[in-house]
Amino acid sequence: MSETFFELRDVSRYFRSKPSLTQRIVTALGRTGPPPALRAVDDVTLRIRAGEVVGLVGESGCGKSTLARVATGILPPSAGEVFYKGRPVTELTGKDRLNYLLKVQMVFQDPYASLNPRMKVGQLVGEALRVHKLVPKNEVGERTRGVLKEVGLDLGYMDRYPHQFSGGQRQRIGIARALAVEPDFLVCDEPVSALDVSIQAQVINLFMDVRERRGLTYLFVSHDLGVVRHISDRVAIMYLGRIVEIGTAAELFAKPAHPYSQALIRAIPSAVTRRRRAFTPLKGELPSALSPPPGCAFHPRCEHAMPICREVRPPLVQISPDRSAACHLHSTSESV
Amino acid sequence: MNAEFTQDAPLLDVQGLKTVIHLPDGAWPAVDGIDFTVQRGEVLGLVGESGSGKSVTGFSIVQLMDSPAEVIAGRVLFNNEDLRLASEERLRSLRGNRIAMIFQDPLMTLNPVLSIGEQMAEAILEHRDVGRQEALRAAADALVRVGISLPEARLRQYPHEFSGGMRQRVAIATAMLNAPDLIIADEPTTALDVTIQSQILFEVQKLARDSGTAVIWITHDLAVVAELADRVAVMYSGRIVEIGPVDEVLDRSRHPYTLGLLRSSAAMVEPGQRLNQINGMAPRIDARPSGCPFRTRCDRAMSICAEQDPTPTIDGRHGFRCHNPMPQRDAA
Repeated sequence: MSETFFELRDVSRYFRSKPSLTQRIVTALGRTGPPPALRAVDDVTLRIRAGEVVGLVGESGCGKSTLARVATGILPPSAGEVFYKGRPVTELTGKDRLNYLLKVQMVFQDPYASLNPRMKVGQLVGEALRVHKLVPKNEVGERTRGVLKEVGLDLGYMDRYPHQFSGGQRQRIGIARALAVEPDFLVCDEPVSALDVSIQAQVINLFMDVRERRGLTYLFVSHDLGVVRHISDRVAIMYLGRIVEIGTAAELFAKPAHPYSQALIRAIPSAVTRRRRAFTPLKGELPSALSPPPGCAFHPRCEHAMPICREVRPPLVQISPDRSAACHLHSTSESV
Repeated sequence: MNAEFTQDAPLLDVQGLKTVIHLPDGAWPAVDGIDFTVQRGEVLGLVGESGSGKSVTGFSIVQLMDSPAEVIAGRVLFNNEDLRLASEERLRSLRGNRIAMIFQDPLMTLNPVLSIGEQMAEAILEHRDVGRQEALRAAADALVRVGISLPEARLRQYPHEFSGGMRQRVAIATAMLNAPDLIIADEPTTALDVTIQSQILFEVQKLARDSGTAVIWITHDLAVVAELADRVAVMYSGRIVEIGPVDEVLDRSRHPYTLGLLRSSAAMVEPGQRLNQINGMAPRIDARPSGCPFRTRCDRAMSICAEQDPTPTIDGRHGFRCHNPMPQRDAA
């Protein structure tokens, strides 16, 4: 049996605000419980096959960036387990743990904030190689030049500082830094959102070239559905900390099953197909993750909401060979 | 014949507008001589990348450019009145009344220490001779129009109690209060999620249709413009390189830059295929090439493009600035 390359199993990540002095006193007196936890990621299971590109989409606050950070080990999960090549990462120690942390690399949204402004590009990209002694000292420079060339940066830039580059070039530096340690899994958190339109296409092409050349696996997090549809093999849609639908990109975009996926896909503007259309907005606001609605979290905004949706949280169930959705419209018929 | 006296004299007529940024080594043009008009009730999409001059254009129209920037040439005729010649007092009576602005960050517009009701009422009381109660009623009506329920309770709240999307809707409701003739919206939905963006586009469409308000929608997103605007102007390096009705400009683009932007969209190729990228990046304001500023990234550039700045070509309602434009095409 082939092992799953990467898996998040029943993963949750909570955040709790630090209680104020008054809150601590009141709690100590037994008058109230601890403050409610914000469930940024709430019981998510996601399996990723080797060589696959999985797109993760959702709106601000849905937990997609938190999930990306849990996947890379930057944040430990509050519950659940992360598996890398079949082994739970919490059980990895020493060399094995380092190997996981190096093989799973992250590319961040903001190329301005994620590069140390006091380091030259050559140092930035070669730092992990030096620190972890991944290649002999005298080969660090050569490896660094190699990845810079691969991401399309002029080698004359090695001695420059991040502020001397444009946003697109900085994102290339961020990608080069991730590639320098020869990862097999890249977790990309909104990697093109901060870039200009004509630069976005360049960086997306770079991601696709790199994947093909190196046979990488991607978890590609973005709020831009057009980009995700383009680059992904499979797509997962998140709402208030949970995956509400997952399936192959082609199938999911052609025929979204969950009402939230439908609303989201309907809202994508297009320069090609639609002109001066009448917008049909999704009603209401994203509820607070501190107090999510009971039952299905989407029910207050859903045009198909039924009584059961207010009470029972729909599980993510398989609705066709390569598609799962968490919606009573789809789950009731099967479970009855 | 003087166009100002014809029946469809435009609401806004911008001619030869030039705004420079004064730096120690010279005055660099952020907006480099642009012409366009906006009719009543029309939505004009002003599209460009960072540094193209689209926001400076919006601010220059309402004479809000501060030092070291300066509007040094051109006319901005609003209802036949040249705003460049208007006194500061006159401009104050127009801004927020006949001309309203919406910014990308609504926190720029909203005062954090005043309740929503106080600042919305102020926008009315500043320009109209009505009582405070009436102003608050008008404010509540405006909130309902942008889809905010329980407006009376909301008016007592402060900006920090609203989510980003709600704040932007408050900013739009405030802009709509005095039923302005013109709204200039600078990337108002760029920071918002797509579902909230679509709510706001819906309100703006309704406003233009129902109250005849003209809108200049400044954005980097051609797709938003395609769905919202009647006409579109594409800016590059401080100039309008192409302008015309949306269908003309998007379906029969004549400027290689417009076509390049359209073709670089993921929607234009099969999933998984390489995107059609525009190589290079926009030149800095102090390092623009000679002749046509796009020529260094253009795959149709000829030797004349380095020598001469292309002058505008007008083909019916469609204008473009290019020495070697895309051939005329029939509608697909």
